[in-house]
Amino acid sequence: MALHRAMRNDPDVIVLGEDVGGGGVFRATEGLLQAYGPQRVLDTPLAETVIAGLSIGLAAQGFKPVAEIQFMGFIYPALDQIANHASRLRTRTRGRLSVPMVLRAPYGGGIRAPEHHSESVEAMLAHIPGLRVVIPSSPRQAYGLLLAAIDDPDPVVFLEPKRLYRSTKEPLDDDGQGLPLDTCRTVRSGDDLTIITWGSMLQEVLAAAETLAGEGVMADVIDVTTLKPFDAETVLKSVARTGRVVIVQEAARTCGFAGEIAACIAEKGLFDLEAPITRVTGFDTVMPLPQLESLYMPDVARVLQASRRVLAL
Amino acid sequence: MAVVAEFKVKKEAYLAEDGRLLQVLPAEWADLSRLKELYRWMVLTRAFDTKAIELQRTGRLGTYASSLGQEAASVGVGAAMTERDVFLPAFRDHGAQLVRGVGLCELFQYWGGDERGSDFAVPREDFPVSITVGGHAPHASGVALAFKLRQEPRVAVCAFGDGATSKGDVYEAMNVAGVWQLPAVFIVNNNQWAISTARADQTAASTLAQKAFAAGFGGVQVDGNDVVAVALTTGAAVERARSGGGPYLIECLTYRLSDHTTVDDASRYREDEEVSGWWQLDPVARLRAHLVNDGGWGSEEEAALLKSCSAEVEHAAERYLEIEPQRPEAIFDFLYADLPEATLAERAELQAQVGSSDA
Repeated sequence: MALHRAMRNDPDVIVLGEDVGGGGVFRATEGLLQAYGPQRVLDTPLAETVIAGLSIGLAAQGFKPVAEIQFMGFIYPALDQIANHASRLRTRTRGRLSVPMVLRAPYGGGIRAPEHHSESVEAMLAHIPGLRVVIPSSPRQAYGLLLAAIDDPDPVVFLEPKRLYRSTKEPLDDDGQGLPLDTCRTVRSGDDLTIITWGSMLQEVLAAAETLAGEGVMADVIDVTTLKPFDAETVLKSVARTGRVVIVQEAARTCGFAGEIAACIAEKGLFDLEAPITRVTGFDTVMPLPQLESLYMPDVARVLQASRRVLAL
Repeated sequence: MAVVAEFKVKKEAYLAEDGRLLQVLPAEWADLSRLKELYRWMVLTRAFDTKAIELQRTGRLGTYASSLGQEAASVGVGAAMTERDVFLPAFRDHGAQLVRGVGLCELFQYWGGDERGSDFAVPREDFPVSITVGGHAPHASGVALAFKLRQEPRVAVCAFGDGATSKGDVYEAMNVAGVWQLPAVFIVNNNQWAISTARADQTAASTLAQKAFAAGFGGVQVDGNDVVAVALTTGAAVERARSGGGPYLIECLTYRLSDHTTVDDASRYREDEEVSGWWQLDPVARLRAHLVNDGGWGSEEEAALLKSCSAEVEHAAERYLEIEPQRPEAIFDFLYADLPEATLAERAELQAQVGSSDA
């Protein structure tokens, strides 16, 4: 819906990627080809490097390309283009050329997909200076954040939790309203504990927070809608109030973005803490195939277990 | 078995090794004024090269990639483009960049480690040099796609070396340009060496031009030390692309007479005889021989040209050396269009550290 709106509003918005003309494997680009034609909805050859690279060339020429990498596990060939070119062109040319592109990629597990279809490597992207990394956690968020990302004058990697394509439905007005980038969003307020997460894990965290509320424990739930640049202020303010932190990510543990948030709290909010910062993450293993993937992905039970630990319950 | 497809690679040349004409020049080239202009650009490029190495050796320029011996392959490409076309250069394309209007001082600045050198006064839409080998080829297809979508009669011209043709980036870029018949011209500066890897170790393909056939369009070899062949062949490809004829690949056979960069020593991996053999094919000497024999180019004109190019380069170098360094904050100032809080915080941190301010 956001793509339709963006294409209707701005003739410079171009959608490109593998199979986007047919609507894409998750139907995210459905109807665009019929509505806007093959000049603006381009099925590319099966080549991730050139999907990203074409977008850079288009963007430097003033278009606003919205490119799709079909699954995040296939983003690696495009990383050179993202890290060496998209994120740097403005700096390299002192603002003469810029790259107002969006690279969308479905990420994460939980839909029983084949190998290489379920990864969460957002931290790798968040490490790249000059890039924005945005992750919606609901259809409403996806709509508003994608409009804002397309409108942004710099490159944005937009990671869509693929579990939410099918599991989550909410009424949505096509109101054309973008949501703010570069911020965290407080989804639920409480003074006892801060639980920080993003993307698909928000559903698990909210379910855990509901259980905790039944036990009289009120959690502040923060949805990190933009990982990079990171809005530390919202997190630090919450931690100053609660003194207890659980960070939940689907991705593998080592060098994950949860580690970055933990470091930020340790640097700037250590003396507000009443318990060690705790992470709930995927394991440091290869993403398992569907038979075992549910054991890999953090669930409500693991979030509750970690929460009780920091609450010393 | 039936033959289902056949491909032939042709090679174009106008100037023999001694400067003689191998074929008749087009009418508009007859009065030699174009050739003299190209000669001037080649001499200027070489003068820039000499000065850049001198500045590097005396600690006043960073690591530098010389274009010695490749002046024809670069200048010829620049001369074949119009102002409105967009050039996406590799890091040894100083000649084409100069012809395009990039300033000598800007080139010194870039190689001196100052990003402002890539903020060209003209041409504003050309890309900065690509240090990643072949990584810019996909951008050329993107730029060409933009031209096609807007129905603008413009062409994207992308230059890279022989090593780049081994990369998937270049094939992916050419492949999509073929599928969509984009107005893109790809130039391979086959200078025989990718640092220390010889052309024969790069691919078993007998030519690099034939790589175009797999992408569904034409490719040709030219004598890359023959500026006329480079300029006319590239010009024809650019005009064909402009009028909807799709992409093209041109392999310029040339030679890197210098080291890879100022931190390389090519004598470790290639024979002196090979290098001296290629000096016999020097593109600058070849065009001069032609001008002397067919154009009455005399020693006075030659001396005057060398003097004027040298003065131009010296003047640019002086200006370069006088440029004030960027402010410390410049590290941050072009990271995003609007700097986010996190970047502003780091920026302030650096300002405090170095005692700088925005006032």
